[in-house]
Amino acid sequence: MARKEKKRDVVIVGLGWTGSILGMELCNEGLDVLALERGGDRDTVPDFQYPAIADELKYGVRYGFMQKPRNSTVTVRRSESETALPYRHLGSFLPGDGVGGAGMHWNGHTFRPMAEEFQLKSYVEQNFGKDLISDEMAIQDWGISYQELEPYFDRFEKVAGIAGQAGNLKGEIREGGNPFEAPRSNDYPMPPLPQTVDSNKFADAARKMGYHPYPRPSGVASKAYTNPYGMQLGPCNFCGFCERFGCYQYSKSSPQTCILDALKRKENFEYRTNAEVLKIELAADGKTAKGVTYMDANGEEVYQPADMVILAAYQLHNVHLMLLSGIGQAYNPATGDGVIGKNYAYQTNGGTALFFKDIDFNPFVGNGSNGHVIDDFAINRIDFGAEGFIGGSYISSGTFNGQPIRSMRLPGGTPKWGAGWKSAIKEWYGHSMAIGSHGSNMSYHTNHLDLDPTYKDKYGRPLMRMTFNWKSNDIRMTQFMKSKIEPLAESMNPDIMQSSFKKEGAMYDVRPYQTTHNVGGAIMGSDPKSSALNKFLQTWDVHNVFVMGANAFPQNIQYNPTGTVGALAYWAVEAIRKDYLPNPRPLV
Amino acid sequence: MSEENFKLSRRRFLQAGAVGTMLSAGYSASAIAQSDTPHLSDYQPEYFTAAEWDFIVAATDRLIPADGEGPGALDAHVPIFIDRQLVGSFGQAADWYMEGPHDPNAPAALGYQSPLTPAEAYRAGIAELNTWCKENHGAVFAELEKETKDAVLTSLEKGDIELADTKGANLFDLLLQNTKEGYFADPMYGGNHEMAAWNHIGFPGARASFREWVGIEKPYPLGPVDISGKRG
Repeated sequence: MARKEKKRDVVIVGLGWTGSILGMELCNEGLDVLALERGGDRDTVPDFQYPAIADELKYGVRYGFMQKPRNSTVTVRRSESETALPYRHLGSFLPGDGVGGAGMHWNGHTFRPMAEEFQLKSYVEQNFGKDLISDEMAIQDWGISYQELEPYFDRFEKVAGIAGQAGNLKGEIREGGNPFEAPRSNDYPMPPLPQTVDSNKFADAARKMGYHPYPRPSGVASKAYTNPYGMQLGPCNFCGFCERFGCYQYSKSSPQTCILDALKRKENFEYRTNAEVLKIELAADGKTAKGVTYMDANGEEVYQPADMVILAAYQLHNVHLMLLSGIGQAYNPATGDGVIGKNYAYQTNGGTALFFKDIDFNPFVGNGSNGHVIDDFAINRIDFGAEGFIGGSYISSGTFNGQPIRSMRLPGGTPKWGAGWKSAIKEWYGHSMAIGSHGSNMSYHTNHLDLDPTYKDKYGRPLMRMTFNWKSNDIRMTQFMKSKIEPLAESMNPDIMQSSFKKEGAMYDVRPYQTTHNVGGAIMGSDPKSSALNKFLQTWDVHNVFVMGANAFPQNIQYNPTGTVGALAYWAVEAIRKDYLPNPRPLV
Repeated sequence: MSEENFKLSRRRFLQAGAVGTMLSAGYSASAIAQSDTPHLSDYQPEYFTAAEWDFIVAATDRLIPADGEGPGALDAHVPIFIDRQLVGSFGQAADWYMEGPHDPNAPAALGYQSPLTPAEAYRAGIAELNTWCKENHGAVFAELEKETKDAVLTSLEKGDIELADTKGANLFDLLLQNTKEGYFADPMYGGNHEMAAWNHIGFPGARASFREWVGIEKPYPLGPVDISGKRG
């Protein structure tokens, strides 16, 4: 029999970026808010402090801040005919664990999607014809426009303290920014950071080829900054321990540095750690949620009643909880019916490494958001009809770290061990750079999430099953990027150059790290038959449950997701405050 | 600049550093790291049996040999690192999802599917490999000639020697990964003795503060420090 706790106005599941944003904004509205975080507590001191944080093995290799698969994981298969097997230790993607979530161990890349990406299906149909969208593809419009979201991107950039250079300020194209971006109402709150050797060389080469390099929009502070919540950031010192680490300098944007200390001071806010939500409890008619059931730190089951439930866990876990709780109809790829689990997508990346015997790059001088970017081959710059694919990439170069276990880039053909390896690491460490493409990934009817029939978690709940593979449209896109990156790399005259881009027939491999940009599965849209959430991230079926996060993306954008996740959270909470709270009901 | 000239200039630079002309940050010879860990030959393994330890010492010595410039795996105390990792949470797969069923014939791209923990996989794999070496070369791995050891490791790497007892775990991949980890991880984990591997490549370890070096295209002048504060 579960212990029953006092009813709250709002219970938030997960205390990362979106849980912190919703917590702050709903507390400011005077609501009584409880956040349940299944991982442990984490703060800059003591968890990220110097020098213990500068430990590549513990955090970079053994994933000290990541979710433990023993506690939570998925099964993976590449097709319906394969038997899905557990993702037993981390590799391809690294969901966060504990307060701050992935928002504390990320790199800080904070982009806005192109305006065209929010209406991707309509944009393709209107400009290139319906035939370009193959039968296997499941792309959709988001049900929201860039113009509607623009003030909320601006808000998130100010809270997170993003450093960058506007390229399109209210329609005026600005030198040094991204000329292809959609109009912004304001410049970034901080100027760009200085750039490392590789980033500057890439920018020079790109300019010579007529491209338009701009500094990567950075959740890493370039100067002292105080955000709208009164939280203070300090300038980055390029320590080179950013992604997979917490920031010891209060420089990287995170829930800890940007929101949580201000939120924890509010009397109407409480958070509990090691509190894992097992299920959202629905009322008898299934139209509202009554609260949640969670397992507390002592292993006791607790029923927590609430008037509203905000799902603010990682994308995979939001979808898993919806499937386990019966919120919305589970997607069936055989019939196309149902919406929960559909349109899972990932990110299509590639890159070219360049080796220069005579250049000292000092790769340990870095930060997670360092680098220059070009959008000359981004989604709104490509003639999809002529090229025969849908999608695009940003292309960038910049050093994040030079940690030797995981960032030892060596020329192809170098022995993997023995005397040859030992001499090669001395010869080449610090003498290479890379140019990467970070690309969109379309959604397909056969790439989806559901409950696994075999494997269970430690509570006896079915694991979620991921069915995902690479598709030829996205392979053609990434091969197109190869054809653009290689001439750019060649123009820089490296001694050795080698490329790694997916080829036709590539199968998804869970072992090497690729990206923690898992998206979709509980997508937003304008029609309850084809989406799980309405444009305010409210579930179509259970009106007092709102779901934050990248699960809302109907297909993946060409950019890193956090900027969009943050903007959507501010957009949704504004609708909750102004429209839902005065009259709780389905908002659409 | 040719490769030869490049190396020469690096060497000149390092010589300059050694007499202190480049190091104005309060260095003294006494601050150079001294080891707290026992010498490799005095170390008593916590996990490995004597026969397993002989294998680990012999195999890591071939994966990163002592010959040529820079430390070998034994100079860096890599076997100590691996032994300590296997008694710790890594060796016990403490963070991993280990529930069955397990499919040892799963496609490699679906990741680790063995029911064995890394520590168990080492134990099973070393025993089976030593048996294979005895049958094919007349002695356990550690007693083979260098060239034979290299040939055995190459066959293991390529999958030409199959170790059924590891039930799908890849002993070679585990061993090579853990060897490189022990070479480069902070010395507090038992390897990277006296930060020799960091010195070999020019990684400054836990310094973690480089604002004044952003965009500067010349060799960084300071040697490594470790998390305990020692200088290498």
